[in-house]
Amino acid sequence: MTRPRIGVVTFPGSLDDGDARRAIEAMGGDAVALWHTEHDLRGVEAVVLPGGFSYGDYLRAGAIAARAPIMADVAAFAARGAPVVGICNGFQILCEAGLLAGALIRNRSLRFVCEDVWLRVETAQTCLTAGLVPGETIQIPVKHGEGQWVATPEQLARVEDEALVVFRYSAADGILDDAHNPNGATNHIAGIRNDAGNVVGLMPHPEHAVDPDVGPTGGQPLLASLFSAAVAGVTT
Amino acid sequence: MTAFTFEVLVSLKEGLLDPQGKAVEGSLPAMGFDNVEGVRVGKHIRLTVDAPDEAAARAQVREMATRVLSNPVIEEYEISEVKAG
Repeated sequence: MTRPRIGVVTFPGSLDDGDARRAIEAMGGDAVALWHTEHDLRGVEAVVLPGGFSYGDYLRAGAIAARAPIMADVAAFAARGAPVVGICNGFQILCEAGLLAGALIRNRSLRFVCEDVWLRVETAQTCLTAGLVPGETIQIPVKHGEGQWVATPEQLARVEDEALVVFRYSAADGILDDAHNPNGATNHIAGIRNDAGNVVGLMPHPEHAVDPDVGPTGGQPLLASLFSAAVAGVTT
Repeated sequence: MTAFTFEVLVSLKEGLLDPQGKAVEGSLPAMGFDNVEGVRVGKHIRLTVDAPDEAAARAQVREMATRVLSNPVIEEYEISEVKAG
């Protein structure tokens, strides 16, 4: 397989950009560092917005990064059907940028959560889950203080009716209950997609779950799917 | 051009659980304030805009409040002008 070129955007306060690049390289991709003030995606075939606390989470998590210069290029890239994945702070940025529905607010418990969680895959119609089977579960860590996904009633109805939910927090066997919802997210939602499925945001961290020496490996099939989508190019 | 100063008050929409407000409310009875309810925590943003007149300044503040100072999915805002002197 051709080595996919995956861009990782660094904003001031991004923390997981290094880990994202490392995971991409470990999985056999070419990681390309992108910078928030530039208008240049350097010919990448997919873009990852990494986790962290861009701009210190000032105003709202992801709010200022969503209006950074490179985000206009990311939005145009996404509009062409190219894969864009937002992880944790990257998910918050995609919601703030209006590329995904809803918003992420403080965890219901008020506590920062840092633990391995199980996710039930809800759809394979995305750049991040094309290689998975709906209903299967994968284990991936979360680490966030503001990961409770909420939406307006209209947005929530649309997200559910149009099957835009990509992941739900669940037990290992896929059962949904409050004990396995780390942040109180509406309908246990851990990740969603746009209509075309080329833009996906999720709170859990696939880039922290590729190396069996340090924990669960639920991120591997997600990155593999992203690589396939990147190499396949724009299909629309 | 004239400088106009405004305050933008941003709060979580009614009906949306406000975990910060809840935490603050939960701490009050221990201090003896056991008659308080409905605590909501919001943001207060003060800014000064250079504009030809008050209407133009207010229109710009409204646009900024909608596009960046608040997130309409979860928040609502109020704008008030701060009169000099």
